[in-house]
Amino acid sequence: MATPTAHTEQASGPKVFPPFNSETFASQLFWLAICFIFLFVMMSKFALPRIGAIIDNRQKRIADDLAAAATAKAASDAAVAAYEQALAEARSRAQAIANETRDKQAAESQAARHRIEDDLGAKLAAAEKTIAATKQAAMANVRGIAVDATKAIVEKLIGVAPADAAVDAAVSEALKG
Amino acid sequence: MADPVHQFEIVKLFPVTKIGGQEIAFTNSAAFMVFAVVGITAFLLMSTARRAVVPGRMQSLAELSYEFVASTIGSTTGKEGMRFFPFVFSLFMFILVANLVGLVPYTFTVTSHIIITIALAMSVFLTVVVYGVWKHGLHFFGLFVPKGIPIFILPLIVFIEVLSFISRPISHSVRLFANMLAGHITLKVFASFITLLGGLGAVGIASAVLPLAMVIGLTALELLVAFLQAYVFTILTCIYLNDALHPGH
Repeated sequence: MATPTAHTEQASGPKVFPPFNSETFASQLFWLAICFIFLFVMMSKFALPRIGAIIDNRQKRIADDLAAAATAKAASDAAVAAYEQALAEARSRAQAIANETRDKQAAESQAARHRIEDDLGAKLAAAEKTIAATKQAAMANVRGIAVDATKAIVEKLIGVAPADAAVDAAVSEALKG
Repeated sequence: MADPVHQFEIVKLFPVTKIGGQEIAFTNSAAFMVFAVVGITAFLLMSTARRAVVPGRMQSLAELSYEFVASTIGSTTGKEGMRFFPFVFSLFMFILVANLVGLVPYTFTVTSHIIITIALAMSVFLTVVVYGVWKHGLHFFGLFVPKGIPIFILPLIVFIEVLSFISRPISHSVRLFANMLAGHITLKVFASFITLLGGLGAVGIASAVLPLAMVIGLTALELLVAFLQAYVFTILTCIYLNDALHPGH
C-alpha cells in the first residue's frame, strides 16, 4: 500500500491521501468492528431466522394445500367410482327383478290357461255326452212317432187299422232307407 | 477546481476514547457505518414484521435479498455453507448499502477506504483459515498440494498455491476499494467540469451539457458497480469459504 501516488507525494505536507492516512485507521476499525458485530448479531439472531421462517412457512403452506387438494381429488374420484358402481348394481338388480317377475307371471298365466283349458275340455266332453244321449232318446221317440203316424195315415186312407207288425217293418224299412 | 479527493476525508465529529495511544473518534465514516447497519436491521425487521404469507413490496425485497444470498452460497459451497449464511449475508448487505448510500451526493462512502475493505477481507480470510484448520486439521493444508502433479515440480506448485492463497485478502479488498474510489473520483472530476465550463459564458454553458450527460451515465454505471462489487465480494467470500469446507478440491 506504500506505492506513491500523485497524492501521497505530499505526505510530508499537511495533506495525505485520506484512504492512506493511518491516523484514521484505529477509529475506522473500532467503529467497523462495533457496527459489523452489531449487524451480524441482529442478522443471525433476529432478521434471518424470521425471514427464513416466513419462507419455510409459505412453502409448507403451499405443499399442505397441494396435498389437501390431492386428497380431496382422490376422495371425489372414489365417490364417483362408488356412485357408478352403485348405479350399475342397482341397474343389474332391477334387471334381475324384472326378469324374475316376468318369468313368474308367465308361469302363472300358463298354469291358469291350462287349468281353464282342462276345465273347458271337461265341460265340452260332458256337453257332447248329453247331446249324444239326447240325440239317441230323440231318435227313439222319432221311431214311435213314425209308427203311430203311419198307423193313423193308413187307417185314414183305407179305413182299416193295419197290423202293428207290418207298420213296424215298414217304418224300419223306411228309416233304413 | 474542486478537490476530487476531498470526499474521502475523514472528519472527526467528536472524540470517544484512546486505545494504546491511538485516538478513537466518532467520525463521518462511523456515522455512515452506524446508519448503514441500523438501516439494514430496521428495514429487514420492519418489512417482515407482519410475517405475511403473501408478501408486500418491502417484505418481497427482504425475502429477495435473503434468497439471493442463500442461493449464492448454495450454488458455490453446497448445503454445508449455510452455517456461514449470517456472516455472508451481513457482509453482502453491509457492502451493498455502504456502496449505495455513498452514491448520494454529499455522503461518505465507507467502502472507499482500504482499511475497511482490508478488515472485511481479513475477517473472511481468518474465518477460512480458522474454520478450515479446526474442521479438517492438517488435512486443510492439502489445499496447497494439488493431486496428480509430478513430484519434481510439486515444490514450485505448492509455493505458487501458498502465495495465491495469501494474496487473496489483498485482491479481495483492493478490488472493492479501488472500484469505489475510482468511481467516485471519476464522478467528481466530470461533475467539476460542469461548473468549470459553466463559468465560461454562453458557449461554456452549452458545452457543459456533455460532462453533465457523462455524469448521468456514470451515475448509472456506478449504481451497477455498487451492486456488482458487493456481489463479487460475496461470491469470492463463498468461494474461499468453500475451500474451508471442502479442502480436498
